[in-house]
Amino acid sequence: MSVLSCSGLSRRFGDVQAVDDVSFSIAEGETYGLLGPNGAGKTTTISMITGVLEPDAGEVVVAGQPMSTSAIAAKRLVGYVPQELALYPDLTGRENLRFFASLYGAARARVDHVLDVVGLADRAGDLAREYSGGMKRRLNVAIGLLHEPRLLVLDEPTAGVDPQSRNQIMDNVRALAAEGMAILYTTHYMEEAERLCDRVGVIDSGRLIAEGTRRELVEQLGERDRISLLLDGDLAHAATMLGGIRDVKSVAVHGHGLELVVDDARECLPVVLSAVTSNGVVVRSVEVNEPNLETVFLHLTGKALRE
Amino acid sequence: MRHALLIALRDLRERARDRTAYVLALVLPLGLAGVFTLILGNIGGDGEVFRYAVADADRGVIATTFTDEVLRGAATGGAIELRTASSAAEARAMVDKGQATAAFLLPEGLTEDVIAGRAARIEVVGDVDAPTGTQVARSLAEAYTGRLAAVRVAVAATVHSGVTTPPADLAAEAAASLPSTVVAEDTTGRRQLEPKTQYAAGMAVFFLFFAVQSGVTGLLDERRIGTLARLLAAPVRRSSILAGKLLTSVVIGVLSMTVLIVASSLLMGAHWGHPAGVGLLVLAGVLAATGAMAVVAALAKTADQAGGWQAVVAIVLGALGGAFFPVAQAGRALEVLSLVAPHRWFLRGLADLAGGGVAAVLPSVAAMTAFAAVTCAVALVLFRKVVRP
Ligand SMILES: Nc1ncnc2c1ncn2[C@@H]1O[C@H](COP(=O)(O)OP(=O)(O)OP(=O)(O)O)[C@@H](O)[C@H]1O
Ligand SMILES: [Mg+2]
Repeated sequence: MSVLSCSGLSRRFGDVQAVDDVSFSIAEGETYGLLGPNGAGKTTTISMITGVLEPDAGEVVVAGQPMSTSAIAAKRLVGYVPQELALYPDLTGRENLRFFASLYGAARARVDHVLDVVGLADRAGDLAREYSGGMKRRLNVAIGLLHEPRLLVLDEPTAGVDPQSRNQIMDNVRALAAEGMAILYTTHYMEEAERLCDRVGVIDSGRLIAEGTRRELVEQLGERDRISLLLDGDLAHAATMLGGIRDVKSVAVHGHGLELVVDDARECLPVVLSAVTSNGVVVRSVEVNEPNLETVFLHLTGKALRE
Repeated sequence: MRHALLIALRDLRERARDRTAYVLALVLPLGLAGVFTLILGNIGGDGEVFRYAVADADRGVIATTFTDEVLRGAATGGAIELRTASSAAEARAMVDKGQATAAFLLPEGLTEDVIAGRAARIEVVGDVDAPTGTQVARSLAEAYTGRLAAVRVAVAATVHSGVTTPPADLAAEAAASLPSTVVAEDTTGRRQLEPKTQYAAGMAVFFLFFAVQSGVTGLLDERRIGTLARLLAAPVRRSSILAGKLLTSVVIGVLSMTVLIVASSLLMGAHWGHPAGVGLLVLAGVLAATGAMAVVAALAKTADQAGGWQAVVAIVLGALGGAFFPVAQAGRALEVLSLVAPHRWFLRGLADLAGGGVAAVLPSVAAMTAFAAVTCAVALVLFRKVVRP
């Protein structure tokens, strides 16, 4: 059973159709990335999923509970990390956590636990306004974890943070997913999505225009992994050899080089190299080219992810 | 309700760390009330003319002397304007309609009482909104009853000794032996407040409107800093969020009023009156202030905008309601307008409390509660758009 399923979500603000018939679902332990340029409708979609905003049409179900702005039971199952830092600056980190823990009815012990998880235990007594940008981001995430939600929704949780805090947050997300939490994650950082997300949905102008694993998306575009080899030796023989490997889809000869189109470059690179060298051909250089989400994104939307 | 309480407690914890909140809620009102008392407390106004009415039901020599000597003397000096009322009821009506600042009611049998050696009473009915003029009227009556006491002692002495002593000597003797008799109290149940209490109460209720701001405006602040989205995503009813904000205002209001009442009593010697009556007035006043500020906050787009509008509303209502200066002399139209100002009812209630029992505050409490009910209801409707983006 999927932890989150939304179908036909739509929301309009005046003349702007911010979200237009968006449907997707997330399974237990799955991390789903929502990718899209500025103004694509990511935050609006998330607001409807978290019960902050009432959709014009469509429905959201969280672990069997229908979500709405007044759905207390469904809201208990969702942890929300807003895009904007949503902290009380004149309360300490610990006081911020205690307040939200009390609203969610989470045990007091959870406060110290999440402080440990995000690495803020030693600064818990300082006012939130005195935190660095990265620490504020980590506290922002921590609040969403307090009540051990079934679904964790993170709206650009790493916007503008230092690499150390970013890695910490990403490690947290990975660990939570490993424990079985379903995670909805939006980001502008392609490498984050590639590292974290099992599946991604690409949203543009309010519409979900593509969805799948990275490989599925890449293939939908007709893009393939490529391996380019620069060789000394019998190129023609090497080419025939390589063409016989199952995962190698095509081989082309360019001067001293070979260009291979393969299913999964990382997986078949060792096979390719050992096949080439065992035939007495010397490999002078290897180049692996995996079309990434950035390519997919540019292809689909005509826009770069970050403007 | 538990959630509303949690939200209010968090707000209060944050407010407790905000120094400007203390200045606005406590330091300023106390300081200003002290300054007003010092500057204005003991003078009869610069060149201000007080309009007094006198109703003489006695028509004896003691009453006539008061009217002709004391009052007409002051009137020819230009300090007061004097009008004669045909009855006590008419005199009271003149005060109620604002035609007179205060009225002297000389009771039937005044002369007889004095001659018989009984306590003499002159009643002063004062306009709540004209504390200075009423205070002056009181002083005039007090000065005269002081003299009456002397006359009374003289009469008594004469009766006992059977000897006729020159009145001047008797007066001197009396002055040495007796404090002046107490001026009769207002029997309509509405006594004016003494100036220092008037100023302390005026400032307290004026700044109350600023003190309660932060609670209801907090919702706009939370929208700005993004925490409102968190509250909306939490398993909390939206009405609890609103209730929490109103509760914050009410708690801050009651706390600041309580501290001001205690401090002004201890530091300035203000007399607020029976604690039960004061408590009712404070609670109703706080609710009314919270409602007024909540409506303004709900209409504003940002907390800063709300703060500006709230200041204007607080000052206009305060001025209308006589928190700074009495409005009675400003004319009928303004006096009618002042009925919408909770300040007026708060001060009126305190004056009624000074003149009567705790029950005397009920009309004022009712007026402020009605004001609170209407404004809070409007605010809740308006606020729905804030929490439903
Ligand atoms: N409260 C609102 N009132 C009016 N328009 C809104 C509101 N919220 C969002 N929009 C509009 O809806 C569209 C989608 O906005 P949304 O915030 O969902 O985008 P986003 O994908 O989260 O963008 P970003 O990556 O910049 O955060 C935008 O055109 C935005 O201007
Ligand atoms: Mg966004």
